[in-house]
Amino acid sequence: MNQLSRYGRVFLTFARNSLVRDMTFRLNFALQCVSSLGWTAMNVGFYLIIFEHTGSIGEDTGWDRDRFFLFIATTWFINSIVQAFFMPNAEEFSEMIRTGGLDFALLKPIDTQFLISFQKVDWSQLSNFFAGAAIAAVSLYNLATREVDPMVPTVTSVVLYCVFIVCGVLMMYSLMIALSATSVWLGRNQSLYNFWFYITNFSRYPMEIYNHGWGRPLFGFFTFVIPILLVVNVPARLLAKPLDPRAPWEWGLVGWAALVTVAGVIASRMLFRRSLLSYRSASS
Amino acid sequence: MALWNTILKTSLGERLVYRGDFALGTLMRFLPIITQIFLWYAVFDAIGAAEGDNPTEIGGFRFRDMVAYYLLTMIARAFSSMPGLASGIARQIREGEIKRYLIQPIDLIGFLLLTRVAHKLAYYAIAIGPFALVFFLCRNYFVDGWPPLPVFIAFCGSLVMGFLIGFFLEATIGMIGFWFLEVTSLLFVLMLFSFFLSGHMFPLTLLPDGVEAVVNFLPFKYLAFFPAAVFLGKIPEQDLPMELAIEAAWLTFFIVACRIAYVRGLKRYSGFGG
Repeated sequence: MNQLSRYGRVFLTFARNSLVRDMTFRLNFALQCVSSLGWTAMNVGFYLIIFEHTGSIGEDTGWDRDRFFLFIATTWFINSIVQAFFMPNAEEFSEMIRTGGLDFALLKPIDTQFLISFQKVDWSQLSNFFAGAAIAAVSLYNLATREVDPMVPTVTSVVLYCVFIVCGVLMMYSLMIALSATSVWLGRNQSLYNFWFYITNFSRYPMEIYNHGWGRPLFGFFTFVIPILLVVNVPARLLAKPLDPRAPWEWGLVGWAALVTVAGVIASRMLFRRSLLSYRSASS
Repeated sequence: MALWNTILKTSLGERLVYRGDFALGTLMRFLPIITQIFLWYAVFDAIGAAEGDNPTEIGGFRFRDMVAYYLLTMIARAFSSMPGLASGIARQIREGEIKRYLIQPIDLIGFLLLTRVAHKLAYYAIAIGPFALVFFLCRNYFVDGWPPLPVFIAFCGSLVMGFLIGFFLEATIGMIGFWFLEVTSLLFVLMLFSFFLSGHMFPLTLLPDGVEAVVNFLPFKYLAFFPAAVFLGKIPEQDLPMELAIEAAWLTFFIVACRIAYVRGLKRYSGFGG
């Protein structure tokens, strides 16, 4: 317990230091927020245009405008957390390996994975968290007040939603740690981070859209091998659609997501520790 | 002439060093198109028929046209995108490197244009592999096959002009560095706008009518939408000469604007030290 509160204090220090650094260049910080919000606005515009032409994403999938925007909000929640807390550190990590700065991280009397995962916080990315909240609020309101098929999520589904958002973040984190670990072996891997970006691109849409033709292998691969389709889909479905009735496979998917989260965190930690054993310092 | 030849050769060599990483990176850039294919299939499927004899149209695009459109914008962007050009010019102004062009008998804009041509040529030499592969795999999305020769010539013309508009537009923005030292955030905003308004995100015909009219009036569409629309025959053949003439007018505008900004900027500029 003592150990846990110590790590908590260290993390708070990291977060405070990053905030102090961000606040030193306030205008720059504001501009960073504005540009991420601009990117969000552009995406919202794109989806609004799509819904000018269609009533839902896919026939009989139930992803109409309000529900789909809840999906988008979920994507935004998870991505903003990942980009605020883990992305800057993962970028730093491959640089540390190349320059030998990892030596200093290994010497410190603290868990190395913890240190390299949380050292920096990019606070400006959290602006998208609030953008996500705004999108979620509007679509929940629309969903509750519309005339056709209105819906108010139950307390259970909201609780489950929050739990599986955390799971989604942990899944993304595991993937990132696993990719970071490979950079120990490969020296430097710029393309791998592009790879991360392109792969997570698949998680941005309801999984039903892959369920035809040559999408099925992709569907299977990204559900069972690299389960990024679960990251957003599982929490978004829990909130956006009534909990009852659900097909058995849907609950199976929820269970699978929980299992994958635990397994992913453990596996990526093992992979990370192994990779550290093959680290050959670059300095001195 | 020998001087320009040397510049071209050096830049080519510079670019060919990392070709393996380059080819792989190019291939990966097509990955987001896969999600676009499935997204649009779902959209078309929801309102009518994505495939078959009587496919539904959105903004004049059938499902297969839509995929072909995204693929073609990749080509258009390969010509018109200028990574690092404006920020490079602004940096050279800030750090005083620009003095070099005042002393040496080389014109800054000419030099930058030539290095850019060389970079692009080197890029195409390697990127043609992955591009050919992806287009071959996706050949079925091009329902009408190759366009007739005049349209194809117009397509090539729009690509070349797209490259030049991209270059002079960015160079002009870079010249703003003479007035404001830090232009990064301005560039980011411009990049966002251009991503949306060039049609890289979706065909511009999907926009609501009023908005579409305004966007059509802006030069951004030549960076992605226009070449793709020409290739797919979405612009009537009789309108092509006029449309290309308007594009040429925009190009002339940016060439002049860039030159004026450079000359004006140099008057403000004062270089110190060595």
